[in-house]
Amino acid sequence: MTGFSLNRRALAAGLALPFMARVAEAAVPVNRKFVVVVCRGGMDGLSVNPPIGDPDYRNLRGALALGDEALRLDTTFALHPALPAIHALARSGEARIAPAVATPDRARSHFEAQDVLETGAAGVYATTSGWLNRAVQALSVGGKFEAISVGPTAPLILRGSAPAGSWSPGRGIDAGGRLPTLLQDLYRDDPLLGPALARGLQTETLAMETGAAGGGATMRGGGPAQGREAARGMGEALAGFLRAPGGPQIAAVSMDGFDTHANQAGSLATRLGALDALADGLRTGLGAAWRDTVVLVVTEFGRTARINGTGGTDHGTASTALVLGGALKPGGIIGDWPTLRRQALFEDRDLAPALDLRALSRGLLAEHMGVDRRALDTLVFPDSAGVRPLTGLV
Amino acid sequence: MAASRKDQDAAIAVTRFGLGARAGEITLAAADPRGWLKSQIRAGGADTFSTGGETAAQRLAEFRAYRQQRAMAERVGEGKGTDSDPVKAAQQFIRQNAAGDILARVRLATDTEAGFRERWALFWANHFTVSATKVQVAGLVGPFENEAIRPHVFGRFVDLLAAAETHPAMLLYLDQAQSTGPNSPAARLQGRRPAPADGQPRRQAGLNENLAREILELHTVGVDGGYTQADVTEFARALTGFGVPGPRDAGGVEAVVFRDATHEPGERTVMGVRYPPAGRAQAAAILSDLAGKPQTARFVCTKIARHFVADDPPPELVTRLEAAWIASGGDLARVAGALIDAPEAWASQAAKLKTPYEFIVSSYRALGQAPRATPQVANALNGLGQRPFGAPSPKGWPDEAAPWAASDALVKRMQFAQGLACALGPGVQDPVALAERTLGARLSPMAATAIGRAETRTEAVALLLMSPEFQRR
Repeated sequence: MTGFSLNRRALAAGLALPFMARVAEAAVPVNRKFVVVVCRGGMDGLSVNPPIGDPDYRNLRGALALGDEALRLDTTFALHPALPAIHALARSGEARIAPAVATPDRARSHFEAQDVLETGAAGVYATTSGWLNRAVQALSVGGKFEAISVGPTAPLILRGSAPAGSWSPGRGIDAGGRLPTLLQDLYRDDPLLGPALARGLQTETLAMETGAAGGGATMRGGGPAQGREAARGMGEALAGFLRAPGGPQIAAVSMDGFDTHANQAGSLATRLGALDALADGLRTGLGAAWRDTVVLVVTEFGRTARINGTGGTDHGTASTALVLGGALKPGGIIGDWPTLRRQALFEDRDLAPALDLRALSRGLLAEHMGVDRRALDTLVFPDSAGVRPLTGLV
Repeated sequence: MAASRKDQDAAIAVTRFGLGARAGEITLAAADPRGWLKSQIRAGGADTFSTGGETAAQRLAEFRAYRQQRAMAERVGEGKGTDSDPVKAAQQFIRQNAAGDILARVRLATDTEAGFRERWALFWANHFTVSATKVQVAGLVGPFENEAIRPHVFGRFVDLLAAAETHPAMLLYLDQAQSTGPNSPAARLQGRRPAPADGQPRRQAGLNENLAREILELHTVGVDGGYTQADVTEFARALTGFGVPGPRDAGGVEAVVFRDATHEPGERTVMGVRYPPAGRAQAAAILSDLAGKPQTARFVCTKIARHFVADDPPPELVTRLEAAWIASGGDLARVAGALIDAPEAWASQAAKLKTPYEFIVSSYRALGQAPRATPQVANALNGLGQRPFGAPSPKGWPDEAAPWAASDALVKRMQFAQGLACALGPGVQDPVALAERTLGARLSPMAATAIGRAETRTEAVALLLMSPEFQRR
């Protein structure tokens, strides 16, 4: 039973608002997991889920158009051949695509668009913390709530006042050793280094316990196979953290390399292969906990509907969000498909947005994690009361 | 112990403006901290590091030779998947070149007596990021810095801009080398050829707007600089023609070629200014106008202030730098001088968290050592999230604390400090004296006490490197 449906029942019973908020808090499901994967560089949605049944697709995409090798989803859409694990999930109702999603930003700048994507604000530079961090703040009202990012740097989406750990593969350390203890003492009045080190040591201890520290995961790039294996290892390691009793329930992962201006076919297949392996590593690593999990895969913008002059695509507008997880309800595409008809293209150039990404994120946070509506409207996604949460996904 | 203002300034000059103190450096700067910094401004530019005597043009030619070998081997079906696989050999060759460059660059930073000059060069290299994330660029990052950035960092911004944007490393990194004017003679010729017989759709040569957009957004006026999508596309048209030499291009000394055949003919309008047809001079005129815009002065001066002083730089400081920029027509030596003269830059509070590169370089400098092999630094930088020559995007490395202060990153810094202290700590005779000459007046009583009480020299050195004041500048 989700927090949202409890909320509805409370509403039906005519309960007063303050009480409702408490009901929602009490309903935060303890075992639910929510993972956000940020694909940086502007992931080409039209390659993630090629609309092979759209009559304009082949013409716009020319040499980049995918045909029979694509993995069919329905009469309009397929998945990229580098996404076999996600395709298998889709067939069992555990993966869905939102094929025309965008943030409120239209500037086609990576950095501005990533800021808007990760801060969850209606415009650029409106806030300096990430929406996932503020979701943790809202969920922490009901008790201790943990979050983690994977990778050596802290992604904006999880930066903010709610403490969040981070982890990346490397040698294990003895968190109880002399140096860590002395340093914590030296950092006791340091508002930045003190809390960060304490959390790092805590995560390191957890990594030892879950076996993530000994995993073969490596952050270093290399050939496609190595990239896939590294991504799978990362997914498995993250699953280890999420499964641990008292461990994090919310996680953020960054992947980069999606800015495919030239000779896109090969490089994108490699990146999508890594994404597929990450998802598969998460699913297998989570085991039974997969059924309590939702994974949201997002990017800052899509790419031009037409290919450019160098076998790639330039910065565009709408792209795909993927929603995966055992907690997902089976269904078709999420949001509308605006089609690739010339009149339907945004500025005669890009796939037009049919869904505000915040509607999707808000819906998942409400239904899956039980974040209450008031917190969503004011704290997590400021100025988003007019963006209706997309419901019925879990 | 109240430090005198001069002692405080000497410590700031060496650690905040410079790359961290080597033995005796703070004492040397103490007589005249501002003068010590200004003496490092040099019209001829920053120092260069060794790339084994190879230029970008030579590296490009080598890369091309490997590619031809590969193509030939593929035709005869040889070498696939073996040790002599030409693809692997080419990649390894590029990595070796890059590895040598990386070590030479770090060693310049660990050994230099002009830490401010080097930091100033590093700032500009990051502003004009090219990254080894593209394999064909990996061997060019070092030569790019030496050829396009370092000679110009104390010259006029417009010259630095032109050198950076037309260097083959940038043209390849931001896909300009392949961009073709849709109405250029080359595109027209291609359009007249019959379609391939295998029924595959023909790839029509055309524009790529990547470089044009990033010049506007990241290198000059900034994302709020007042340009539109139409300006990006027009600028991309003007930039067509710039490319890197192919096998049929003669020479080999000049790494940049401009091909009239791929240049989009006609007049262009960018940000309200009309540029008549002029071949390569058309893009040069646009770059020159962009360099002179007040938005550019504001955007770049804000970045300078952020890099040197605070993530959220004092507006008065930005105003001072802008004024120097505009009064001097973008003379970067004058801007550097204005930075040194700005009182806001000398606040006693150290507001900047060192990036991993700065942390590692300053650690070696404190211990009077330099790394002897690339993996010593490359592995540490990879672990800390700052892969050498491998910035994740054209925006370069972040210059704020938040992304670098992840909890995992702190643990990894501690591991690096422990490793370096294990290797070099036992040779440190008096760790407290080392702390004093490394941080000068910035050393806090608390850290001094902790270092003095350490169980071993190794532990004392690790504590120094991890102390809040050494982690910041």
